[in-house]
Amino acid sequence: MSAETFHRHITLNILRYNPQDADAEPRLQSYALEEADGMTLFIALNELREHQDPTLQFDFVCRAGICGSCAMMVNGRPRLACRTLVAELPAESTLTPLPFFELIGDLSVNTGKWMRGMSERLETWLHARETEPDLQRIEERMAPEIAEAIYELDRCVECGCCVAACGTAQMRPDFAGAVGFGKIARFRADPRDTRDDDDYFELIGDDTGVFGCMSLLACHDVCPKSLPLKTQIAFLRRKMALIA
Amino acid sequence: MSTSFLIVQSGLAERLRKSRWPARLDLLQSGTGLLLAIFMWGHMFFVASILLGETAMWSITRMFEGYFFLGDAHPRLVSGAAAGVLLLFVLHALLALRKFPASYRQYHILRAHIKAMRHEDSRLWIWQVYTGFALFFLASAHFYQMLAWPQNIGPYASADRVWSDGLWPFYLLMLLAVEVHGGIGLYRLAVKWNWPGLSRNFLKRLKWGLTGFFLVLGLMTLGTYMKIGFEHQARYGERYRPAELPAWLERLAPEGDFPRRDPKEDAP
Repeated sequence: MSAETFHRHITLNILRYNPQDADAEPRLQSYALEEADGMTLFIALNELREHQDPTLQFDFVCRAGICGSCAMMVNGRPRLACRTLVAELPAESTLTPLPFFELIGDLSVNTGKWMRGMSERLETWLHARETEPDLQRIEERMAPEIAEAIYELDRCVECGCCVAACGTAQMRPDFAGAVGFGKIARFRADPRDTRDDDDYFELIGDDTGVFGCMSLLACHDVCPKSLPLKTQIAFLRRKMALIA
Repeated sequence: MSTSFLIVQSGLAERLRKSRWPARLDLLQSGTGLLLAIFMWGHMFFVASILLGETAMWSITRMFEGYFFLGDAHPRLVSGAAAGVLLLFVLHALLALRKFPASYRQYHILRAHIKAMRHEDSRLWIWQVYTGFALFFLASAHFYQMLAWPQNIGPYASADRVWSDGLWPFYLLMLLAVEVHGGIGLYRLAVKWNWPGLSRNFLKRLKWGLTGFFLVLGLMTLGTYMKIGFEHQARYGERYRPAELPAWLERLAPEGDFPRRDPKEDAP
């Protein structure tokens, strides 16, 4: 196979917009570059920023699918740039920012702000009904299968792909989203959390919560960590319905 | 006025303990949808009895009118059943409205999202919205017919309605809307509650299989009524009378003296 065929010339059409600039209009800008072996979209974007356009805005930290910062819409679907091989993409692709979240500029969005708001609203931290925490007490043992179940749900990197893919969230900005339900499921599975289903109902028992979910399941299909969102949301729905 | 009403009116609803109604409404939407889907399949089989012959369809119609149990045909029994299904339908439509895009802005965003995402389940949902919206009107008209003129159901009466009264395009549209809506709805119900815990791939194949089966059955049935209606148009209004019934059914017929005068004969 010739090197010519192997290293394609690809085009990336990137949505450019700076919300801070009152005169700016959203527009698509095309960039051409040569594909390299094992090139991820994250590498391609860095190359564009280094060699072609230093004004291009996008986020990244870990480059390994752990931090969740580089999520963006790749040809209409949310993906992590660092986990997307350019070889998987057609010769011409379109990159746009994740919808739903506050846009910082170009492909950069403020997922952290929304995630924090969601965490505060859904109280996604361990609630233990202790009047006085005993710092000397040895932590109770946990069965390995419970620890594994919690770990499985804790693999969420809060990249925002599930919310960006969710049809309900596009219509309802106050929707908790699969990331929120995943967190509730995580604390519900944790025996150290003393909240019961009545307490969880107060957090997700309405149309901004689990009963607003229309089961379009795009969240499940795009999750870069392959979290079992479909079963977790259905599980919470059944548990919350039993409260009624 | 209760304090809770005043608190809600004051924009402080979030400070109240959460109502259980969203959970009940979700259950009701799923429950009414399931019952309507089961009804829809049963209805399709009953209507499709015309494929087994005019006498088969006549017998099933008479059975629902109580002919074989009460000694006479009572078409109002069919109206009563239709009223019950109408109640389910209205309730289901009311509950489903909660999920519809409620403004042009919402619709515009959702449409762009679904188009760009190219995600099958999201696309199926928008088709459920379109077909559900169409059924508001199509099913309502059909319910009115069944409530007002239940006596006009039968091999010839139904065929005349389909062909001579020109309602076949209406039934064709309703068949497409019902089968698409019900098939997607049942699939969504199964994944929404994760019950039975079958794989999505299997459920989707099952869904398309069932939709295909009922569409073919429905089209064959509609075609048969159109054919009978076409052949019967010169005798429009005449009611079907079976020459004879199978022996086992004749034993069930009132007074055991079948064939006898059909009470529907008197109907205009």
